Amino acid sequence: MATSTPTGSAESAERFSVLGTRPIRPDGVDKVIGRALFGADIKLPGLAYGAVLRSPHAHARILKVDPSRAEAVAGVLAVMTGDDMPTAKSEALELGEEVTDVKFSSERVMARAKAIYKGHPVAAVAAVDLNTAQEALKLIEVEYEPLRPMISLQDAMAADAEIIHDDLVGTHLGEKVPHTNIATHNRTEFGDPDAAFASSATVIERTYTISRAHQGYIEPQAATAVWDQDDRITVWTTSQGSFPIRTNLALVLLKSASSIRVVPTEVGGGFGGKNNIYLEPLAAILSRKCGKPVKMVMERKAVFEATGPGPGGQVTMKMGVDENGVITAAAADIRYGAGAYPGSSIGAATTCILASYKIPNVRIDAYDVVTNMSKTAAYRAPGSPQATFATESLVSELCEQIGMSSIDFHLLNAVEEGDRRADGPVYPRIGLKQVLQTLKDSEHYNSKLEPVGPDGKLRGRGMASGFWAGIGNRSSVNMSVNNDGVVAILEGNADLNGSRVSLGMQAAEALGIAASDVNVSIGDTDSVGFNDITAGSRTTYATGAAIIKAAGLIVDELKARAAALWETDAGSVEFADGAFTNKKAPEQRLTFKEAAAKLERADEAIAVTGTVNMRGSGGGSFAAHLVDVEVDPDTGKASILRYTAVQDAGKAVHPAYVEGQMQGGAAQGVGWALNEEYYTSPDGVMQNSSFLDYRMPTALDLPMIETIIVEVPNSNHPFGVRGIGETGIVPPAPAIANAIHDAIGMRMYQTPMNPGRILQALKDKRNAAS
Amino acid sequence: MTQSEAPQPDAMKQVPRVHVQCTLNGQATEFLVAPYQSLLETLRDVVGITGTKEGCNDGNCGACTVSLDGRIVDSCLVLGAEADDRTIDTIEGLAPPGGLHVLQQAFLEEAALQCGICTPGLLVAAKGLLDQEPHPDEQMIRQWLAGNLCRCTGYDKVVRAVQKAAEMQAR
Repeated sequence: MATSTPTGSAESAERFSVLGTRPIRPDGVDKVIGRALFGADIKLPGLAYGAVLRSPHAHARILKVDPSRAEAVAGVLAVMTGDDMPTAKSEALELGEEVTDVKFSSERVMARAKAIYKGHPVAAVAAVDLNTAQEALKLIEVEYEPLRPMISLQDAMAADAEIIHDDLVGTHLGEKVPHTNIATHNRTEFGDPDAAFASSATVIERTYTISRAHQGYIEPQAATAVWDQDDRITVWTTSQGSFPIRTNLALVLLKSASSIRVVPTEVGGGFGGKNNIYLEPLAAILSRKCGKPVKMVMERKAVFEATGPGPGGQVTMKMGVDENGVITAAAADIRYGAGAYPGSSIGAATTCILASYKIPNVRIDAYDVVTNMSKTAAYRAPGSPQATFATESLVSELCEQIGMSSIDFHLLNAVEEGDRRADGPVYPRIGLKQVLQTLKDSEHYNSKLEPVGPDGKLRGRGMASGFWAGIGNRSSVNMSVNNDGVVAILEGNADLNGSRVSLGMQAAEALGIAASDVNVSIGDTDSVGFNDITAGSRTTYATGAAIIKAAGLIVDELKARAAALWETDAGSVEFADGAFTNKKAPEQRLTFKEAAAKLERADEAIAVTGTVNMRGSGGGSFAAHLVDVEVDPDTGKASILRYTAVQDAGKAVHPAYVEGQMQGGAAQGVGWALNEEYYTSPDGVMQNSSFLDYRMPTALDLPMIETIIVEVPNSNHPFGVRGIGETGIVPPAPAIANAIHDAIGMRMYQTPMNPGRILQALKDKRNAAS
Repeated sequence: MTQSEAPQPDAMKQVPRVHVQCTLNGQATEFLVAPYQSLLETLRDVVGITGTKEGCNDGNCGACTVSLDGRIVDSCLVLGAEADDRTIDTIEGLAPPGGLHVLQQAFLEEAALQCGICTPGLLVAAKGLLDQEPHPDEQMIRQWLAGNLCRCTGYDKVVRAVQKAAEMQAR
């Protein structure tokens, strides 16, 4: 099944000459020939290699760390422990899609008095080669006093829980509460949900458990640091945000941000998991101690155990409707396991959980709970997939009870411009209804699915909607024009997925030139102004807006020079369709290329900066997915037969990369739905910390993923572009749960819906029938 | 304590390096490796070519795929010493001088890469497939590439790119 062209308005198709086309990304050749440099590919002269010693205990007091035997080994250049970390004070640290605290950040990367997650670094070594470093770790003597680990939400929230942070003061409904593992309890409320439930025709309440899941980027974290004799630090790191990394490092190492230069390498997948620091401060301190550049690469096991996955948790959803199926009220209870430090995505979960629906009476309680596992991080639409699993599964069950189709229920209750989002803000122009209608009109939706396949497998179909608000925030780019009309852009956003081409295309559109006449490079933190993270679905949207702004300044500059050339005033010079004309003498005309050649003066470059703070995203991006599954009743295995993803892109800059985001998000959602979880022992040790047992989808686990792009322009972007990268991971798990129910007649209240759980559901069904 | 007096666990003692002579991307190549170094580490850190990537180092992701005597292998599961007298082809040897292999061209045209970390492994594996079966169907492509994990694309455009490359090669 071919992917279809974006279903935008005809006016939109006419309006753009570059947006909507599919040029080959200019950085692609380096990536297909193996020349592109990712974090672990960085090599510097005199390089030393670092390795990390990690706690085997999920919760333990560290009584003694003695590195002396390791220090004495030939080839070991430096050893560090918690004693080498500067003492950081408590201070909030905003990382775009993750909020943390400086003191916590400092303790997380290197333990002090306590190890509070399995894999917590307790020491690190730099040596002449990696093997020497790894062998030297074995000679570091550490004495632990194990403590009772808090792994489950129930244990961590219990009255007699072992308190993980003695100095953590929780904020529970605005009150300060000491001596707790519940870092935050927030409540959002509008209207009177309890009264509305009491008078509703149908009310349904269910509780769902969602697994902790890792972003699963194929490239492990890698950092190379030089702390030189000028007391300046340079770090090459595979991170999603060089500027927030710089801020984070500065606060943790007690240095000014300007004394640190962060150089982004190519990034082999991030999905939110590479916004935060892990190895960078350790590599920097080891470099200072030994006087050499130090390179550190995380082992895959450590990536699973000691970096930040998306939180697992429990979500209880209650919804009431009137006799026509119109929602009267909803109440949600969201509890996420934050891991060892506070800051799971309960805020975004609150934003997204009921975002698709008009809800006059609503209450959302959200709990951020500390546990003895690694601190969670942002994972693609952080907080939304877990919460939406509950909502969309419940809606399906509710629809079954009241005898309404899921798509019609969605359309009946869908939010539009002017409606209040469940958590408060009023929506600007959004595309949910168009997305839902497009799904309802799709070939997949209107195709027949037999309930039993030719080999006796049970088939079913399910749908779900999903939302991600996205962020806007700050971007700053430098733009200059060469005398052959080729425009050079220096931007500050690490390119995770091909954003360079979509950014170049927006410049080309604004300047009336070809996409191939724009070169986009990515600078370090010394070369451009502050840029927020490459995350939050903000890059194509916000950095694109900065580029469009810079292009406008370039046009203004060239207009002024053309006016001088034509001996008229700048107001008489017009720029349209890629050419400058003198309104007073229209035969005087220069294309952009001609203008660049003629108007470039030897003593003054054509160069500007475009800087924006887009603040919000302009409404966000809605999606609706439809999936056909097939369940083998003997093994419990669920396979995906057919998958359609519909999403509002505002204006798809490069449709192939919009499709790629939709497909990639769907694939991650499928993995989370069917197999992905942290299989953890009671003492807090992950049992499946490898790609073998942390089972992500392979090429055999997925069919072609059909994509339909809807375009309802974003009123907050000059070209109508919406950030779209994250929403795709939100609908798959509930769509699959609903499809499994359609196939086997049993509801699944837990992810992953792996063969064991499906077999259990089939068994429960047989027992209930007998 | 001087260096010579420093404690030396057995693993730290300088082990004799193994001398390897092989054909790498069509060139006679020789190097010294420690017996414990994998072919992956050998290519990246001893020979110095970094196109082959490490994703897991335990044979479960395929990012380190290379061709060994015409057979695709995870280079993290092969010892550098095993390369002696063998033929190794990596991503760096896929393109003809000054050009691109049809697979590389197809991957670019079909937008079959996003972050690109799995791309070298996928390309080497896909070449292995087309060398064996010039006209694979979708199921065969998926089966052959099941050992190469990609987290970005969902594999849709990757499969389309391999199909396109097969067509381009047939012309």
